[in-house]
Amino acid sequence: MNDAVPADGTRHDGPGPAITAWARGLALAGLIPAGLLLLLAVLAPVFLIGGGLAFLVVNVFDPGADTGQQVLLFLLLLAPALGTGRLLMTGKVPMTRWRVPRPADLWGKLLLGSGSGLLVVLLIRGDRSGHTVTLPLAAIAAGLLLGRVFTPGILLAVRRLANLTRRRSGEWCGVPVPVPYLPPEAGAGGQRPEFRARLRWLLSEPATWRDLLWLAVNAVAGWFVLLVPAGLVLGGLIGFIGPVVDRAAIPPPAFPGNTLPVLVAIGVAMTAAGMWLAPWLLHGYGLAARWLLAPAGRAELALRVRHLQQTRTETIDTGAAEMRRIERDLHDGAQARLVALGMTLDAAGQVLDTSPEAARALLLEARDTSVKALAELRDLVRGIHPPVLADRGLVDAVRALALDTPLRTHLASELPGRPPAPVESAAYFAVSELLANVSKHAGAAQAWIDIRHDGGMLRIGVTDDGRGGADPARGSGLRGIERRLAAFDGVLAHRSPPGGPTAVTMEIPCVLSSPKTSSC
Amino acid sequence: MRVVIAEDLFLLRDGLARMLGAHGLEVTAAVDNGDDLLAAVTADRPDVAVVDVRLPPTFTDEGLRAALAARREVPGLPVLVLSQYVEQLYARELLAEGKGGVGYLLKDRVFDSAQFVGAIRRVAEGGTAMDPEVIARLLARNSGDTALGKLSPREREVLGLMAEGRSNAAIAQRLVITERAVAKHTASIFVRLGLQPSDDDNRRVLAVLAYLGR
Repeated sequence: MNDAVPADGTRHDGPGPAITAWARGLALAGLIPAGLLLLLAVLAPVFLIGGGLAFLVVNVFDPGADTGQQVLLFLLLLAPALGTGRLLMTGKVPMTRWRVPRPADLWGKLLLGSGSGLLVVLLIRGDRSGHTVTLPLAAIAAGLLLGRVFTPGILLAVRRLANLTRRRSGEWCGVPVPVPYLPPEAGAGGQRPEFRARLRWLLSEPATWRDLLWLAVNAVAGWFVLLVPAGLVLGGLIGFIGPVVDRAAIPPPAFPGNTLPVLVAIGVAMTAAGMWLAPWLLHGYGLAARWLLAPAGRAELALRVRHLQQTRTETIDTGAAEMRRIERDLHDGAQARLVALGMTLDAAGQVLDTSPEAARALLLEARDTSVKALAELRDLVRGIHPPVLADRGLVDAVRALALDTPLRTHLASELPGRPPAPVESAAYFAVSELLANVSKHAGAAQAWIDIRHDGGMLRIGVTDDGRGGADPARGSGLRGIERRLAAFDGVLAHRSPPGGPTAVTMEIPCVLSSPKTSSC
Repeated sequence: MRVVIAEDLFLLRDGLARMLGAHGLEVTAAVDNGDDLLAAVTADRPDVAVVDVRLPPTFTDEGLRAALAARREVPGLPVLVLSQYVEQLYARELLAEGKGGVGYLLKDRVFDSAQFVGAIRRVAEGGTAMDPEVIARLLARNSGDTALGKLSPREREVLGLMAEGRSNAAIAQRLVITERAVAKHTASIFVRLGLQPSDDDNRRVLAVLAYLGR
């Protein structure tokens, strides 16, 4: 179980040896141009609209005319244009009910309003000098169109690139970076997202802007961080050691005292420095990525709140369903049997004098009924909280479970104390369900269970030698376990290639109580 | 026959004492916790101790631990452990010494007082009394065992009863067959499971339990 994959499915093995780090830095530098292109794509509409507007203002206003008159004309036209803009944006008739507009509305109105105003000015004045007006107009139109049509796609591509950087940061730089995005609101995600909802969702996400900031920072500072080791090594090898190998092909750098040993020494020193620097710079790059790409402040809290909300709802639902099940079991089981018991005893009482033999038979029947009621109560209790778990704790309870399965089970454990009772119970039922799965579906003969606590985590591994191919999507109970563990911030990872074996690892953060306090 | 009872619920303790008394057993002490049980068995030296698994102060497996401690204190002391539920784990721990004189029964079994007193006597005489539910679960667990699969239904029945700790005579009475027929079945079972045959009832029982509990 030592090679268990952490819950988020990535391995965090740090910068690794120098040569690996060197190559990884180079590979990461390859992502920078892609980021730069995306950044330009995002900014293109802004440039087009802004530039177009600037040119339009310069070209439309006649430098010779009275400035005051022109501004007045513009303002006069602005008012109806704003109204039209509002009508276009919100579908409401202007001046009917005043409402403080949201910033987005205001900007939209200003844009549309001033655009319409300018159009009117243009209609009045005409395109006097060639294409000085039509070209900026075309630029604005193109900007609006590009922005509206392509921005969501580009922003999603930015996300993909940022996520790739996050993964690489964890895998290569040793700095895991969590994904900060909030799940899409209604209408913004799924197979056929609503265009405006998606755009709004993307633009209102603070992480989107931090991603863009990262692309900009990366485009400037990323080169330096990632390519310094490459430059040092290649420069040292080619520039200084190269001439030693082939003086004719590569002329030695000209400086006083450029003798052979000096060149070699400098070359070796540069290569060594590059190699030495590579892991450090790669790690630093990871830290920088985390600074901008990890969930920050509010986003982090929002993600946490969402997670808690979801798991709380699930916990309550599970609890309620469990209560209903218990109620039903009691009602149909023990309760019904006790009623029958009372009736049988009553019948026995009535025939006691007239027919002692019949009374005896009825009493025996009553005894059997009470035995059955007890058996049902026992099963019910076992399902709620197994006595052996209360008595002995998780390890012995799992041992007892193992004794009840037909599998040959090997249990290894290192648990110096007892987890909190709810965690213990969740872990127990998880193992119970996994073992049931193994004996039902896996076609396995043996199972290995590993229970230990380290790094503030209760870790449980269940492995079998079965045929594998367990898939949570096909409802093999793994999802249910995952949901129940989530209430404790616990996670489940599983690996089940077709042909087996299946390995399931669960991790639940918890603190152990010392064995002394738990036993009395 | 002298008995010590350890049971924390007054109603059950009292009921047990009266029932055992009615069957001619002498209850020398009826206690409600593990410490008193140890004191009672060392002072009274009873023939058998009947102990509830769940006792104060922890209300967990205090009684089981007290029973095992009592067996260490008074070597060979027969103990019959009672419980609301049975766990193979506990059955194993009781049987771990590989000696007889242990019983592990569901509390429900007291409903059939004749059978229950029979089990107490068996344990007091150094035999074994395992609850049918323990045996049923042991057999279910071994459902994949090929040697067990080859047993006839009758032989499986005999095996189950034998594992509970019953003698050939008792099995014969229960299945309404002759003792000779039972002896034939047991011999056949031992051959099929590859166990050493033995004339001693108790040793046979332990061998069967060891086989099922592998």
